[in-house]
Amino acid sequence: MVAAMVGLLGCELAGELLRQAFHLPVPGAVVGMFLLAGTLVAVNRKRPPEAMAVPPALRRAADALIGHMGLLFVPAGVGVIAEADLLRQQWLPILAAVLGSTVLGLAVTGLVMSRVTRLVEKRRSAEAPRAVPHASLAGLCRKQARS
Amino acid sequence: MSAVLHRLWIPPAAPLPWLAATLAAYLIGRAVQRRCGVAYASPVLIAIIVIAAVLVATGTPYATYFAGAWFIHFLLGPATVALAIPLARNLHHVRRSLPGTGLALLAGSATSIVSGVAIVWLLGGTRMVALSMAPKAATTPIAMAVSQEIGGLPALTAAFAILGGIVAAIAGERTLQQMRIDDRRSQGLAAGVAGSGIAAAQVAGRGELAAAFAALGIGFNGLLTALLVPLLALLWW
Repeated sequence: MVAAMVGLLGCELAGELLRQAFHLPVPGAVVGMFLLAGTLVAVNRKRPPEAMAVPPALRRAADALIGHMGLLFVPAGVGVIAEADLLRQQWLPILAAVLGSTVLGLAVTGLVMSRVTRLVEKRRSAEAPRAVPHASLAGLCRKQARS
Repeated sequence: MSAVLHRLWIPPAAPLPWLAATLAAYLIGRAVQRRCGVAYASPVLIAIIVIAAVLVATGTPYATYFAGAWFIHFLLGPATVALAIPLARNLHHVRRSLPGTGLALLAGSATSIVSGVAIVWLLGGTRMVALSMAPKAATTPIAMAVSQEIGGLPALTAAFAILGGIVAAIAGERTLQQMRIDDRRSQGLAAGVAGSGIAAAQVAGRGELAAAFAALGIGFNGLLTALLVPLLALLWW
């Protein structure tokens, strides 16, 4: 537990130092997140990705922090009461932006992902028609059905 | 009795009451969520409302509360670093479906940022609200850190991020179904990008593939938001 906390805080500290040294616009903890992710990938590069080894203490500490992450932003979230006037004056742009941009982001991500994946998989099956004849056939049928 | 109560607010005991109150409010939120049985009865939102009500009722300034609850807030840093583990564990999914995942992440992240700012602007919101809105699709700790970085209000961003997550959890499934997007990877990724943890928890019920892509969406949207928003802020605002 102590070693895990040292690891997490050490990455955050390193991230913060890098941020200040190079005037990065990215928060130190986010830099630290990428330092740790990079380290984990580098250490595990000879293993299959499904069998990634993470020190058990680190995994336990991380699971505990992530599992209760909601609790951690309560203190900052309560800060909205200091902005009650702002919320009252600008409730319309705020509500519209939260609703609109969330649904737009959701739709665009889902649409691009499903269309590009379908395209790539269709091309892949077209390149190797003998390996997966059904997939390319299904793709053709779908194309005809749409046109 | 009142002397005893009074001494509670003097160091070293000073953080105790608000620390305990925050933990208790979160437990209440979780109990309510369990009773309702839905992912979007957000325990965070409930805890914030409970604490805010207590502060208003007792006339306690926010600064006093935050000085006590600061220790919990501090743990956001290591928790953000800890997100590296699910991120690293799901990285191979990106490699396997790279063009789709990469393009979708970029498009979704940029759409969330630009549309949020644009809507606030069009409806006459202030610069402060627009800046606080920009990073709101990222996972809350990253969103708050980015908001602080570009001169927004982290508290406002936290509230937007939580509300956005609830919106994505409620409307996400229906929106994607209407667009005939039935691929689990797309559903998971969309939930992670647009609704971070709250929507991801909901989509995770639809299987491991959806959960893995939701984790991916959270991690990479956090990265993209942390890179794109400060850049756009430098260029535009």
